Amino acid sequence: MDLAFFGVQLLNGLQYGLLLFLIASGLTLIFGIMGIINLAHGAMYMIGAYLAFDLTQRLGNFWLAILIAVPIAVILGLVIERLFLDTLYKRDHLYQVLLTFGLILVLNEAQRIIWGGDVHSVALPAPFDGSIALTDNLQYPVYRLFVAAVCLALAGAIYWVIRHTRLGIVIRAGAVNREMVEGLGINIRTLFTLIFSVGVALSAFAGMMAAPLSSITPGMGDSILITCFVVVVIGGIGSIKGAFFGALLIGMAETFGPVLIPSLASMLIYLIMALVLLIKPRGLFA
Amino acid sequence: MTTMKKRSGARSLFARRAALGALILTPALGLTLGAASPAQADHDVKLGLMLPYSGTYAALGESITNGLKLAIEQEGGSLGGHGVEYVALDSEANPSKAPQNMSRLVKGDGVDVVIGPVHSGVAMGMLRVAKQTGAITIIPNAGLEAATNQLCMPNVFRTSFSMWQNSYPMGQVAYDQGHRRIVTITWDYAGGKEDLAGFEQAFTEAGGEIVEQILVPFPSTEFQTYLAQIASIAPDAVYTFFAGGGGVGFVRDYAAAGLNDSIPLYGSGFLTDGNLVALGDAADGVQTTMHYAETLDTPQNQAFVAAYQEAYGEVPDTYAVQGYDAGKMLAQAYGAIDGEPTREALIAALGSVQLDSPRGPVSFSESHHPIQNVYLREVKDGEHHVTAIASPQLEVPDSACPMKS
Repeated sequence: MDLAFFGVQLLNGLQYGLLLFLIASGLTLIFGIMGIINLAHGAMYMIGAYLAFDLTQRLGNFWLAILIAVPIAVILGLVIERLFLDTLYKRDHLYQVLLTFGLILVLNEAQRIIWGGDVHSVALPAPFDGSIALTDNLQYPVYRLFVAAVCLALAGAIYWVIRHTRLGIVIRAGAVNREMVEGLGINIRTLFTLIFSVGVALSAFAGMMAAPLSSITPGMGDSILITCFVVVVIGGIGSIKGAFFGALLIGMAETFGPVLIPSLASMLIYLIMALVLLIKPRGLFA
Repeated sequence: MTTMKKRSGARSLFARRAALGALILTPALGLTLGAASPAQADHDVKLGLMLPYSGTYAALGESITNGLKLAIEQEGGSLGGHGVEYVALDSEANPSKAPQNMSRLVKGDGVDVVIGPVHSGVAMGMLRVAKQTGAITIIPNAGLEAATNQLCMPNVFRTSFSMWQNSYPMGQVAYDQGHRRIVTITWDYAGGKEDLAGFEQAFTEAGGEIVEQILVPFPSTEFQTYLAQIASIAPDAVYTFFAGGGGVGFVRDYAAAGLNDSIPLYGSGFLTDGNLVALGDAADGVQTTMHYAETLDTPQNQAFVAAYQEAYGEVPDTYAVQGYDAGKMLAQAYGAIDGEPTREALIAALGSVQLDSPRGPVSFSESHHPIQNVYLREVKDGEHHVTAIASPQLEVPDSACPMKS
């Protein structure tokens, strides 16, 4: 492997890892604070991509589409939390898993009814529709760099909110001891609504950002959900920092794995997960 | 008389009971129960459609059904003078339900012919039941090689293709266009590997070299790492099999990485079929081989496209043609039978069918695989342009089939 090839793959791994973080961060937030395993997280990623596609078609502008799609995703999260999850908090985990699994089926079917079974795509938006030459025959789309930068900025923002704001203190406290936080007079209901909406919107936003990168297909969220669970488990459930480094680790593994050890490519991330769990059963940063 | 009963696949006992309840309410009940002995002279031909009407492959199931019904309507709604009754069952493209669904059609509904499936996994389950019951089956899609090779049987036909038939002609084309070192890439699953095998066989026979075969975990559409790998190998060309979202993702990423400037992209027709709108100009210059193209410039195809558009308001795709030919095949076979259409007579008649299809002349090999033209197509301005017949009247070897002499 020469240096240029190594550099290109490093860039690929970083970019993919950062996108994974964006999806996984919402998943880990929701589980860490609310104790809810949101299986519908991947479906929201898909809904985000379809929203970006649909609104870009209607409005003719990708950025405008994102501007409208993000509030839609937040509202969708809000509605799901208030209407469905709210009644299940006092029940066992299994009820919540069943509900969010049901949501996968509902969202997938809704996608099929609204947008049909065809494969769609979104054109790379200006001004990031160009590409830069990496080697003499390989170019890199500028939009991928832009997505990486956005993910990095959001990671920074999430870190800042959790470490350095009052809301962050409440979130961290809530993750450790929910009853005590309530006892101190903080309305955990509002906090839950906020966390769920934001978490779900993060996933949808990742889908929107990814829309111009690849193809938009029914069920595209299902496979990414599995990968994100691996990220969350490796990083430590509920830990944003863990999700960040877990995502980068998986991003690198999925990039270098197929090139270095092709025979293990499809199971590499699970091997890594098993290895991490052997050494640190609660994940890297729990 | 043409009646239509549509039932969903049994999701549970409850759903099955509900479906039975619905059946009791239909006037066709007498026919359903009185069909213990198939193919009586004066009774309708019962066609069992085992196709996906929900989920990812629903659009394919609809296309095949539309094509089939169009063909039979063009024959005056009858097959050799017999009325037609359809029994449609949603296969859900679910392999685990395939044997049970097929048994229901064959034993429960007593259909004369089963048409299906789309999905190769479902085909495996169906073939098992077809073997046990001897049910006459026409496969209007599923490209698995085994259906007419290792598992071939007299009562199973296909109107579609096999992965090998579509990819083999491209090996010679790529060689003739001056390429000697090629990288092949597909998903790590049976369909993809069968497709690559056909291309690689022809290309190495011609004297070319496969420098690397890349297998991507199924169904990943994250291709960046492989594109970098291809760039560092710098082969003369790339041959690929991806379909649906994978096809769109790969071709777009390939173009965005600038690889199409220096390394031409070849593929099986499924790479671009049904994907042209989503692909935009990323597919410009991509060459594929396939047994059909909607732009095929023959009177038969133009008439078919016009009739299909008139009936359904959309341009037909490959799947519609495969369904259409299944209908025409049945019409010709039933028409050729003198007297009682027994099972044996029908099998013999189906085997000697010769179609003047929208895709060109079609006849059937001893393994019941279509002998057909495979076209070379190039994408230009969002359309498939047929540039040549890559392989005229290509017969698939199916060398493991005992029916082959």
